[in-house]
Amino acid sequence: MEEDIDTRKINNSFLRDHSYATEADIISTVEFNHTGELLATGDKGGRVVIFQREQEVLVEEQTPDVVLGSILRVLKFSLPSLQSKNQVHRRGEYNVYSTFQSHEPEFDYLKSLEIEEKINKIRWLPQQNAAYFLLSTNDKTVKLWKVSERDKRPEGYNLKDEEGRLRDPATITTLRVPVLRPMDLMVEATPRRVFANAHTYHINSISVNSDYETYMSADDLRINLWNFEITNQSFNIVDIKPANMEELTEVITAAEFHPHHCNTFVYSSSKGTIRLCDMRASALCDRHTKFFEEPEDPSNRSFFSEIISSISDVKFSHSGRYIMTRDYLTVKVWDLNMENRPIETYQVHDYLRSKLCSLYENDCIFDKFECVWNGSDSVIMTGSYNNFFRMFDRNTKRDVTLEASRENSKPRAILKPRKVCVGGKRRKDEISVDSLDFSKKILHTAWHPSENIIAVAATNNLYIFQDKVN
Amino acid sequence: MFARGLKRKYGDQEEGVEGFSTVPSYSLQRQSLLDMSLVKLQLCHMLVEPNLCRSVLIANTVRQIQEEMSRDGVWHGMAPQNAERAPIDRLVSTEILCRTARAADGEHPTPELEDGSLQISASELPIVSSAQGQRSPQSSLWEMDSPQENRGSFHKSLDHIFETLENKNPSSVEDLFSDVDSSYYDLDTVLTGMMSGTKPSLCSGLDGFTAATPPPSSTCKSDLTELDHVVEILVET
Repeated sequence: MEEDIDTRKINNSFLRDHSYATEADIISTVEFNHTGELLATGDKGGRVVIFQREQEVLVEEQTPDVVLGSILRVLKFSLPSLQSKNQVHRRGEYNVYSTFQSHEPEFDYLKSLEIEEKINKIRWLPQQNAAYFLLSTNDKTVKLWKVSERDKRPEGYNLKDEEGRLRDPATITTLRVPVLRPMDLMVEATPRRVFANAHTYHINSISVNSDYETYMSADDLRINLWNFEITNQSFNIVDIKPANMEELTEVITAAEFHPHHCNTFVYSSSKGTIRLCDMRASALCDRHTKFFEEPEDPSNRSFFSEIISSISDVKFSHSGRYIMTRDYLTVKVWDLNMENRPIETYQVHDYLRSKLCSLYENDCIFDKFECVWNGSDSVIMTGSYNNFFRMFDRNTKRDVTLEASRENSKPRAILKPRKVCVGGKRRKDEISVDSLDFSKKILHTAWHPSENIIAVAATNNLYIFQDKVN
Repeated sequence: MFARGLKRKYGDQEEGVEGFSTVPSYSLQRQSLLDMSLVKLQLCHMLVEPNLCRSVLIANTVRQIQEEMSRDGVWHGMAPQNAERAPIDRLVSTEILCRTARAADGEHPTPELEDGSLQISASELPIVSSAQGQRSPQSSLWEMDSPQENRGSFHKSLDHIFETLENKNPSSVEDLFSDVDSSYYDLDTVLTGMMSGTKPSLCSGLDGFTAATPPPSSTCKSDLTELDHVVEILVET
């Protein structure tokens, strides 16, 4: 069956004109699992594709060329900052492991509205046995999927023949014990739980708790706490819906549990604030324990100030000491112990500040970029336009802009840093702000939990970059 | 993408013009931003539930503009000279709109953005301006007791947005969120929102609303067709 899907998708999307993307193939979320062995992507068509890293192999020569994934193009490059000097070490590459349809489009008959099947978020559960578990969600429903391998099958049934047809009992003269024989590896995904009907508004985040028994789902106005075993009930822990919808001025944009403290979580808002809540304080965490907000810079005030301050993503550091937030133009790092301002602010694409009106008109100003930490919390990464993505080294304060595009890089080539020129003379290889392609946006990226491997989603293409140093 | 070469008639009577006549005054920019925001709120993709975050942010922006305009005293009633201006003069290209006032101080105006880099729906702009154009001869739109009987049907959807906004009452924004609230089909809630301001011509107000309630997508489309039609008429005059 996987081969059928391969053929169909390759025929559909293997077009010379790469600007034509099947809308259903647009990647909407990317996530490594806790070991980095698996990488999951969700797309607008409700499909989940899981890649698995193959075992590392030491080779003399490099295998050239592009490896095509079944639905997505997966290309291997190398990070520019680190180069191998001597021996070639072929790191484990990611190949398609499993593909399944997670969500289907639905229709809400009461409101006469469609419910999109687009996968908004995928979160892995830590592995506890041979199977892998992940949560995937669309706007309304969260599902728990079990992904397991089958490499043996029983043969030699008494009552059925090899094709599964029932045998005439009169023809059975001897009895035998069925034996398990090896078969080609089959990876199957089964939905184990469906958590539905708990959200009136669109789910934007899910987060697995560190107790591995509960998780939360957050929509625009409410956050619910679930137990993995119970699908018909959830606890509402945050509710910011005003009694009068006309007084609505703020929505929840993202939420996440603390990586170690199972009672603590944060959620961000469209007004640029972050609230940290402790579930031990009360059942309904409407009153925050901590409130993070940076005072507004009066010199930068405009009609768009509020829109660009809206936080599109919030992530705890692996250490649990910091949170990182992404708003339209910047990435900020906050110390949990200091609420009145962030400790670090990084400009992602400040040259857009003078273009806010145009970006408001074409709706780009509402794009929700995500941000990620590397495994050691020393580097942060986020996406931008024109298929650019940015990395900031928190220690050296250096930053780099890279491009995820086939035209400008060859597989296994070192990526060249890019530069946007903001005015005056444009140097060779620089791109002027006015030539940026705003339809090519990198909203979703992921970083391997322990190694320098990153996954970057550029519309319907997935790029995986590894550094070459062993 | 951008209306290059569009002849911009910029009246000298317009307040706030300094030096560069190609930079529109702050109040014109602000008005255009307000119109754009209102159109954005209305023209949502009604097949799928609209993005609440986006709607809230746009509504907050509209409120900010409203507040500032009230502070400046230009919210109720149009300035007299605007009523005389021909509608076509208000066709301001986005590029002009988005030039900051600082450009007038001495820098050269921002060079025009290249086609294809920003996908601006240029069609939105004439629609917005035509709505303004229609309003200016009937400046009484902003007043509470404006008669609605004489207006064409295309006004209905834009009108009821403007009407909700002309209320000082903060319930102005409720209409915008009534469709995402779960009590959307609760007519009582909906009608209460509509009637919170004094509406002399209740029937046309309700007509406008009931037209919008069932298949919202067709309402949007018919609005667009009607608006297109009106724009054609305006541009030819």
